Amino acid sequence: MRARFVMSEVWNGLRRNLTMTLAVIITVGVSLALFGVSLLVRSQVDTMKDFWYDKVEVSIFLCNDNSETPSCSGGKVTDAQKDQIETDLESLKPLVQEIYFESQQEAYDRFIVQYRASPIIDSVTVDALPESFRVKLADPTKYDIVASAFEGRPGVEQVNDQRQFLEKFFQLLGGLQAIALVIAIAMLVVTVLLIVNTMRVAAFSRRRETGIMRLVGASNFYIQLPFLLEAAIAAAIGATLATGGLILVKALVVDRVLAPAFQFTAFVDWDAVASIVPILFITGILLACIAAFLTLRKYLRV
Amino acid sequence: MILFENVTKQYPTQTRPALEDVSLEVEKGEFVFLVGPSGSGKSTVLRLILKEESPNKGRVWVLGKDLNRLSNWKVPTLRRKIGTVFQDFRLLPNKTVFDNVAFALEVIGKPRSTVQRIVPEVLELVGLEGKEQRMPDELSGGEQQRVAIARACVNKPAILIADEPTGNLDPATSEGIMKLLERINRTGTTVLMSTHDAAIVDQMRKRVIELEQGHLVRDQSRGVYGYAR
Repeated sequence: MRARFVMSEVWNGLRRNLTMTLAVIITVGVSLALFGVSLLVRSQVDTMKDFWYDKVEVSIFLCNDNSETPSCSGGKVTDAQKDQIETDLESLKPLVQEIYFESQQEAYDRFIVQYRASPIIDSVTVDALPESFRVKLADPTKYDIVASAFEGRPGVEQVNDQRQFLEKFFQLLGGLQAIALVIAIAMLVVTVLLIVNTMRVAAFSRRRETGIMRLVGASNFYIQLPFLLEAAIAAAIGATLATGGLILVKALVVDRVLAPAFQFTAFVDWDAVASIVPILFITGILLACIAAFLTLRKYLRV
Repeated sequence: MILFENVTKQYPTQTRPALEDVSLEVEKGEFVFLVGPSGSGKSTVLRLILKEESPNKGRVWVLGKDLNRLSNWKVPTLRRKIGTVFQDFRLLPNKTVFDNVAFALEVIGKPRSTVQRIVPEVLELVGLEGKEQRMPDELSGGEQQRVAIARACVNKPAILIADEPTGNLDPATSEGIMKLLERINRTGTTVLMSTHDAAIVDQMRKRVIELEQGHLVRDQSRGVYGYAR
């Protein structure tokens, strides 16, 4: 194997076919960047799930004087009912991990903090807010067990699962990820077609060289190697561009814009980016090599 | 060395076979002219020897190998033992004389030291010493064909196939090329040359195989080009 000779052939090939090489690099870069972003969105969803599922609670709101649901026909919840609910919750351990009782005053304090900028706080009194049990589950998906045990029981106004609200949000993110993935796949298909065409043009423009190579007995591997390396190098440069794009997305969009604006949640960290980068390189180089190899098999026959 | 046994070759797009039931044998060290009008099947014979084509019927043996049973990945090994020269030289226009010859060694993975040693030797053999750094378009037709012959011989092939090597050259230059081929033949290389050049064939008095419309019509040792031509 003559590494220096092969590399000089590769360099000449890339230079002579410069416009096509650039086209391949750019499409590989753009499609891999989109692919990377879609992977990043997915890992964002995972990060948020980890973050939120750790914090979500099932809230059992108790009747107060203004409650209108049928289970509250007896008026404000009694101390006996509260004791009974607490005992029943205790009996649900270990599914129920923590139980926390929120009084009307505590609910009011939290309300004031949450809506401190809104004029609504002026019209809310301590009495208007319900007492509640906040229950943390060992497995947040087992919400149904708690809900069926307490929903409709006298003194319980409503059982609320924060997870249901989060699910909708995650579904939205999942949808965005799916869209990014579809676009990325479409772009990857375009990239493959472009590489196929580029290889065809390259094989044609170098048919003199390859013809002589065949005549003097160069092996198929030796004839195809420069072409494969060209495709792989173009793909690697494209993947480098995509990596740059991904770093920009993380540094500018996530860290500068999203994270300061939405401080209540966690965002993907650099580890997530670092784990996506190898996937981009492997995908890009593998796709390019396979596309090139299949094309060359047809156009550089023995 | 080369053996055709009842070879028939039919190209898919043509109605008449390019070769029909051709049998011939070429011994080691022979110099053979392959003559006949255009379309008589000369090029097909050469392509079959290189396994660029496969026969529809019959067998082709080259260097002791049955080409029908030679798997595709062994074809390059076969071709390394066969040098090839064409009418249109087929040099790489962007490489120097030296690099054109070296190319044949480089693409089969020969180390640099071998290339540096062998290429000057071969260029001297074909009479191109001192022109190593010229580009092909700075050379005359005869010189370009010498570069092509040097490239064909650089691997010390057992067989040299020349497809109308003098077709683009004037008679005086052709004579020089023929002398060179004869000298290569004397070193033990089997030479198989297709040609239209009656003067050369008549002068050399070598074995002549004549094809017409895909049939072998004459095989004569120390022959001439033909009677009617």
